[in-house]
Amino acid sequence: MRATAEEIAMNEQVHTGTLGALAQAKPNAGGIEMAKVRARNVNVFYGEKQALKNVSVDIPARAVTAFIGPSGCGKSTFLRCINRMNDTIPGARVSGEITIDGEDIYDPRLDVVQLRARVGMVFQKPNPFPKSIYENVAYGPRIHGLAQNRAELDEIVMSSLEKAGLLREVKDRLHESGTSLSGGQQQRLCIARAIAVSPEVILMDEPCSALDPIATAKIEELIDELRENYCIIIVTHSMQQAARVSQRTAFFHLGELIEQGDTDEIFTNPKNRRTQDYITGRFG
Amino acid sequence: MKEHIVRSYEEELALLDRKIAQMGGLAEEALGQAFDALEKRDPRLAEAVIDSDKAIDRLQHEIEDQVVTMIARRQPLANDLRHVIGALRIVSDLERIGDLAKNTAKRALAISHEPYPKPLMSGLRSMSERALRQLKDVLDAYAERNSDLALSVWRDDEQIDAMYNSVFRELLTYMMEDPRNIGLCTHLLFGAKNIERIGDHTTNIAEVVHYLVHGRSITDDRPKGDQTSSTLISRDRE
Repeated sequence: MRATAEEIAMNEQVHTGTLGALAQAKPNAGGIEMAKVRARNVNVFYGEKQALKNVSVDIPARAVTAFIGPSGCGKSTFLRCINRMNDTIPGARVSGEITIDGEDIYDPRLDVVQLRARVGMVFQKPNPFPKSIYENVAYGPRIHGLAQNRAELDEIVMSSLEKAGLLREVKDRLHESGTSLSGGQQQRLCIARAIAVSPEVILMDEPCSALDPIATAKIEELIDELRENYCIIIVTHSMQQAARVSQRTAFFHLGELIEQGDTDEIFTNPKNRRTQDYITGRFG
Repeated sequence: MKEHIVRSYEEELALLDRKIAQMGGLAEEALGQAFDALEKRDPRLAEAVIDSDKAIDRLQHEIEDQVVTMIARRQPLANDLRHVIGALRIVSDLERIGDLAKNTAKRALAISHEPYPKPLMSGLRSMSERALRQLKDVLDAYAERNSDLALSVWRDDEQIDAMYNSVFRELLTYMMEDPRNIGLCTHLLFGAKNIERIGDHTTNIAEVVHYLVHGRSITDDRPKGDQTSSTLISRDRE
């Protein structure tokens, strides 16, 4: 069903050339060994307005990290720094350092398209292409040249749909439009599309906020399965969702990273008063 | 501390504390009266204590129901989560304290026509006063979220244990002096044991208060002074 660790490692080598990158990752001040994504003193400005202030965080591989905080706290802004989505916003300026497996992703020589293949993204509203289910998933592997022939492409599409927990529901209608699916299925299609290019990191920006509880539970179950092979970062407004799906939690407030730690600890005994006030629903 | 945005949530948490204070007050009263009944051979007071236990049990169920509802409806987190879980633990200790007071009152009924051995009762009296003060202090510590006071209650339980040891020895000696004392002394011994157990439940509550405030358990080993389970006064030593 799921890709084994070796398959993923193989994919990483083949598609992104990060051979041995994990072995190079070092323990760090954040207390996480083998941090996949490391940010140091990240500042983001939209024109004059500073959206992120000196954010430093370590995000482990093969685990789910939740970013929580009130609207406008900078959590989505930070998420978008990790695949350089902020580059597309006019007037946005990013300073500081973000590395994936030790590699500076703001290095001018870095190919941003390649980066976005390594760092997939799932959005709040499911946004399948107005194409067939098959084409939605095949699109990425095709433009990145991941398949030599039709059989290989079929294989990638089927295994991605399988990993996204969608194959059973769509296998007889692969050539129907992606937009004909239900909201929850569309979101899993978007996850399959992200997985199809063998990313290492998957960013999810409130992936369940437009879904009903059952579709949400399916996505959460999927996230739990995917974390065996991917570094997952999820932005969510649901405290319960963060508590359910993540192993690490980071709390943002007014552009600052206030507190980060093990999810169990953050939700039972947060160290910072502002974290406590936020997660317990007190005036902030 | 800041108030919740949702006012009814804030009110529910406050109500929880009020009910615990009420339950604690009843448990205090039961303990004090149970000992008075034992000391003064007052069957009417003893009956009142036995009767008041129902109110304690009723409050326990009310509080437990409220906590379950709050978990279902509010999904409390962080200090709120510790608050409701702490409440759940405290009410079960208070309920046990109520039961132990009730049991002491029953023993007061059983010995209401027995003689009044004054020297024996003074040891028991100071033990029960001590237990009562500890219970008051721990309830104050809970109401004020005062972990220092809770910690001192937790440490001082050792003194109740020491008093219990000496009451235990006195009672044994009294029984050996005259076998006709055995009936009375056995009831007094159980009464003393009940008070000693109340001290233990009081330290449990102290631990909960510490957990509420700091989010972690007390890690020290509590000094324990009850040696009666290995005490034997044998003929050989005389």
